Amino acid sequence: MSNVVKNEIASHELPATPMDPAVMAKREEKIQVAMIGLCGCWGCTLSFLDMDAGLLSLLDKINISRASITDIKRIPKRCAIGFVEGGVANDENIETLEHFRENCDILISVGACAVWGGVPAMRNDVSLEACFKEAYIDSPTAVPGIKPVIPFHEDLPLITTKVYPCHEVVKMDYFLPGCPPEGEAIFKVLDDLVNGREIDLPTSMNRYD
Amino acid sequence: MGQKLVIDPVTRIEGHGKVTIQLDDNNQVVDAKLHVVEFRGFEKFIQGHPYWEAPMLLQRICGICFVSHHLCGAKALDDMVGVGYSKGVDMLPTPEKVRRLGHYAQQLQSHVTAYYYLIVPEMLFGMDAPPEQRNVLGLVEANPELVKRVVQLRKWGQEAIKTVLGKRMHGINSVPGGVNKNISIAERDRLLQGEDGLLSMDEVIEYAKEGLEIFYDFHEKNRHQVDTFADVPALNMSLVDKDGNVDYYHGNIRITDDDKNIITEMDYHDYLDYFSEATEEWSYMKFPFLKALGRDAGSVRVGPLARVNVTKSYGTDTPLAKEALERFHDYTKGKANNMTLHTNWARAIEILHSAELIKNLLNDPDLQKENLILMHSKADWTGEGVGVVEAPRGTLLHHYKANQEGNITFCNLVVATTQNNTVMNRTVRSVAEEYLGGNDIITEGMMNAIEVGIRAYDPCLSCATHATGNMPLDVSIYDAKGKLFANKRR
Ligand code: SF4
Repeated sequence: MSNVVKNEIASHELPATPMDPAVMAKREEKIQVAMIGLCGCWGCTLSFLDMDAGLLSLLDKINISRASITDIKRIPKRCAIGFVEGGVANDENIETLEHFRENCDILISVGACAVWGGVPAMRNDVSLEACFKEAYIDSPTAVPGIKPVIPFHEDLPLITTKVYPCHEVVKMDYFLPGCPPEGEAIFKVLDDLVNGREIDLPTSMNRYD
Repeated sequence: MGQKLVIDPVTRIEGHGKVTIQLDDNNQVVDAKLHVVEFRGFEKFIQGHPYWEAPMLLQRICGICFVSHHLCGAKALDDMVGVGYSKGVDMLPTPEKVRRLGHYAQQLQSHVTAYYYLIVPEMLFGMDAPPEQRNVLGLVEANPELVKRVVQLRKWGQEAIKTVLGKRMHGINSVPGGVNKNISIAERDRLLQGEDGLLSMDEVIEYAKEGLEIFYDFHEKNRHQVDTFADVPALNMSLVDKDGNVDYYHGNIRITDDDKNIITEMDYHDYLDYFSEATEEWSYMKFPFLKALGRDAGSVRVGPLARVNVTKSYGTDTPLAKEALERFHDYTKGKANNMTLHTNWARAIEILHSAELIKNLLNDPDLQKENLILMHSKADWTGEGVGVVEAPRGTLLHHYKANQEGNITFCNLVVATTQNNTVMNRTVRSVAEEYLGGNDIITEGMMNAIEVGIRAYDPCLSCATHATGNMPLDVSIYDAKGKLFANKRR
């Protein structure tokens, strides 16, 4: 994730079994769509699956590239559309989002967390220090007699003091509110985009809870 | 020092995780860890909010098992207002059954999502198949008819959830002491008989059976691999009814050992007497264990494999699942089953079990009765509650306290994936040693084997990390005394 050169090898850089080139070529003709989850609950990602059969019909036109439901861990080639679930709550989220911005033509904030921080941003009312203290120091299940530890390690991202909506970190092109937006709404947006129409979400599909 | 290998991010799981493997110069595994890389702090920021918001807000911990969080919260609220199990009060039949219906529907939907969208690709293509193939896209290319059935099965589960909770995700249904609506005849009939584009109940059961067949077939062809992959010992924990069989909604917490002997059984309200949670610097996820046994011996496994290990039998009212469970139990001849990949077998059994339980419930006329809330008065207020359910991933616990004004002053959550932290780390180590250890050339497929081990637990790292401004961002982290650990300003 980090640009800093580290003495480590990522699994996705190791030699992998190659994909059937004919199948790959077919996928590459399609519109490339990527999806990433930042600080959310995975609900917006699952709302994609709530497109039900709609998702299957879209797969004639789109290919899903990097996403938490595939094992493609970095965007391999430029994507037309990038969906983002969740707000920004740690330094790794920032890097992931920036990488997405650089590699996607259109970026869409999906769901309350991406659009304005959502429930995780409720912690902006209290200090991060107080959250850590509650979770790791004052926890009722803390091990008696052992000095409490707050996680801090080279393999862990640093938590940002506040939770930010995506557009405060990079430019976002569209916003799809809802917690989560319904599968139907996600379908409408994608269907409009892949068919070259202006996105036109009926108010009946625009929800905020 | 030899190489350090990383998997970042772990994919086809819910939430954010990373694996690091340290090898020595001979490529032997020195260290192997699953890191949970997010932190959200729900326990703190929920404080000050009205108590009744807890089940609404805390379900936002997780988009796949939100019904479990919602119900856990609801049970804690029942206690709080004085009509819960902590006072020995039983729920009224209608609200209890409505809650159970939502819960079983979620179990079906969640297991179907995990099993087919996240796990089955390896069963069909192999662990070292091309990474571009091992996913639902590859499934669509290889077997579109199967995927169509999966989509319909998942859709049915979601529609059943929507019937109970009003929305497919993050719905509203439970109120302190009961529920806010029952199930109408029309709603019931739609789920039982189906409609255009929606399966009938009997089709759901047929499709659920197919999931089990897929596992049997996979097991038949890969018996050695399936049986030897990460055979990691752990105690098993589940919520049980008075006969000692799993009850996904209510009961005592029971913990059993390798010979299926009961090690501990507790009223979940007393959980603090039994559990501690250790913290490590390298993960935001804690490590719970039984105080009496200590961290090494006292870590438990929860979830499908643990539940079928603890359970002796399912009822005669779920005959298909009962038979499947007997076959599962026969395989290890009375011993607990510790084979990590058998978790997927257990998950397939539970898909069938939930489908049968749902069918029984839908045919129960209590769902249409009007008596929805156990009335309570201010005098009953206790200000404290604990709720437990068996979430799809295992035993989930919420504990809240509120002041006289009804504002939350304390919140503690022990989630299923956290309970599995130690056993998942054992799994990562076991697979790393087996697949990487001593090999000259390490491939992406070998690393995926480690992820396969993790996916068997269907971990929800969003759950496990329960724990609006202007650029430039100030990224900094402080210790409890306010000392700055690190800072990154851009
Ligand atoms: S918007 Fe709601 S559903 Fe989407 S990630 Fe956030 S909490 Fe989950």
